[in-house]
Amino acid sequence: MTSHPSGPFAGLDPAQLEAMLHQMLLIRAFEETAEELYFQGMIHGTMHLSIGQEGSAVGSIAALRRDDYILSTHRGHGHCIAKGAQVGGMMAEFMGKETGYCRGRGGSMHMADVATGNLGANGIVAGGVPMAAGVGLSIQMQRQEKVILVFFGDGAANEGAFHESLNLASIWNLPVIYLCENNQYAMSMSVARSMNVDDVSARAASYNIPGVTVDGNDTIAVYAATLAAAERARSGGGPTLIEAKTYRYKGHSKSDKQRYRTKEEVQEWQEKDPIGRLSRQMIDAGLLTDADLTALEQRVADEIQEAIAYAQASPDPDPASIMEGVYA
Amino acid sequence: MSRELTYAEAVREAMDIAMERDPRVFLFGEDVGVYGGAFGVSDGLFQKYGPERVRDTPISEAVIAGVATGAAMTGMRPIAEIQFMDFITLSMEQLVLQAAKLRFMLGGKVEVPFVLRTPAGAGTGAAAQHSESLENWFVHVPGIKVVMPSSPADAKGLLLGAIEDPNPVIFVEHKLLYRTKGPVPEGYTPLPLSKSEVKREGTDLTIVATSLMVMRALEAAEILAEEGISVEVVDPRTLKPLDEGPIVQSVVKTGRVLIVHEAVRTGGYGGELAAVIAESEAFDYLDAPIKRLAGLDIPVPYNRDLERQMVPQVDNIVTTARKLVREGR
Repeated sequence: MTSHPSGPFAGLDPAQLEAMLHQMLLIRAFEETAEELYFQGMIHGTMHLSIGQEGSAVGSIAALRRDDYILSTHRGHGHCIAKGAQVGGMMAEFMGKETGYCRGRGGSMHMADVATGNLGANGIVAGGVPMAAGVGLSIQMQRQEKVILVFFGDGAANEGAFHESLNLASIWNLPVIYLCENNQYAMSMSVARSMNVDDVSARAASYNIPGVTVDGNDTIAVYAATLAAAERARSGGGPTLIEAKTYRYKGHSKSDKQRYRTKEEVQEWQEKDPIGRLSRQMIDAGLLTDADLTALEQRVADEIQEAIAYAQASPDPDPASIMEGVYA
Repeated sequence: MSRELTYAEAVREAMDIAMERDPRVFLFGEDVGVYGGAFGVSDGLFQKYGPERVRDTPISEAVIAGVATGAAMTGMRPIAEIQFMDFITLSMEQLVLQAAKLRFMLGGKVEVPFVLRTPAGAGTGAAAQHSESLENWFVHVPGIKVVMPSSPADAKGLLLGAIEDPNPVIFVEHKLLYRTKGPVPEGYTPLPLSKSEVKREGTDLTIVATSLMVMRALEAAEILAEEGISVEVVDPRTLKPLDEGPIVQSVVKTGRVLIVHEAVRTGGYGGELAAVIAESEAFDYLDAPIKRLAGLDIPVPYNRDLERQMVPQVDNIVTTARKLVREGR
């Protein structure tokens, strides 16, 4: 390892912190707008909102370089924004438009932006986890200094593919960061009911790789853990399993009646909100004023309005193009 | 220039040439390294290219398929080996839901150029979990190509073609073909995918056959020729996407068609071929119903005689073909 970031902000400078806070606000606004548009009937299908999980998305990706890769999950809008996608293209994809990141073919669950190293969200739990080993091998064989960070949830840690991938990345010493966003529930099945370990990170021991658990709502802690893992991977130290404990405020998807948890539990987590926490930390340190925060919120609101306008003005895919993209 | 090689040697030569030409190409799978592969197909490649490019994996078929997909998306040209086609069942999610669909789902913005080689077929006494022919499962998945060579020359040329192809290709080899010999051209001689080939010309009956069944159909054609029955044998070689032309043209010419494959009959590739022919202009030229000869609808049995009985043999092809020509059914 080349550096051990210290201090309350782990070596991040004020401009970086403001950029991170901006991304977190943008993610939340995007998600809230997505839900609103769904209720207005402007978006069909379903969606998995990441409200409450902005800390793990932004904290981890802030520790990556632009040419590093990510693979994401069904709850992936935040990862996409954090890696550098434009919300206009995302909104267009969400509305199924030709100008969307996937030309309207993928939608919410397959949002990708290959230009920023985002190889895509995934509709299959643990779907990206085996692929991450392949991306890691590709980086290693091409002697690149990149890393691949693969997001997955607590549910994915119970899929066989998760174990195959960690084992392979360990024996081949691949530059993979396994980032488990443990949001406490795999749809309705709680972590307490689905595994007999307290921490998903304990499973790293089976593969003799480092496993760390961080508070996923502490954006800076997620950043520091990811930075250490990335430096380790880049310098040939192999994979790391990071578990970011967090919480989704909304249901699993649009069909969720939330019978499996209490309002009090949701309330408790909302009091540990990652956006509230980072902005408070910055205000306390004199890096942000209330007026700055209001200005950021206004900027985000404008960006979302522009994104909606862009998406609405965009054309639908040409029906004559339906067969495109099946084969190269 | 060509010389005689076995089918296994032809596959190995294709991999050797591809790896020599292109540093992005590498082979990985269970026991492909020092062991040389369960059927000896990669014998010697480990010694030549070393452990980085001829790479043993743990017994982890899901992640083997995942590695092929992830590496292919980011600039490599992987060749994955699944030791027996039966084991591909453990790779299905990564192949069907990821590799096949990624390009389409991402709006055409990625390519997934890998080859997954796997030996299929019965006849080795390995019973029901080491003898399957599952090619048609993949024919049913848009985004994947399926190649099934029937000769050493096709094995080499089509494998080189598959490695060059920018899509995921399931390359189905046959265990009983590995030791068969035939002329194979030297050097870098890729064959284009999706080109059906007439393997023998004839006028009375078309046999469309795949993989090992092409060899058996050619043997049957020899026997039938002595009886005055002229058989044309057509090999699709690439099952998906299919080059329909030579098949349809052949049936237009002969007016009769027998489809032969080893995989079980129900839901097999023969149904697709029959439909292609029935929907084509060849329909008007048919003098007899389209016939299928395929594996019995059972798991592959262990007993030698039962195993033989399950899979079409030369004498079954002769009998069925003769009846179709002589009796028109």
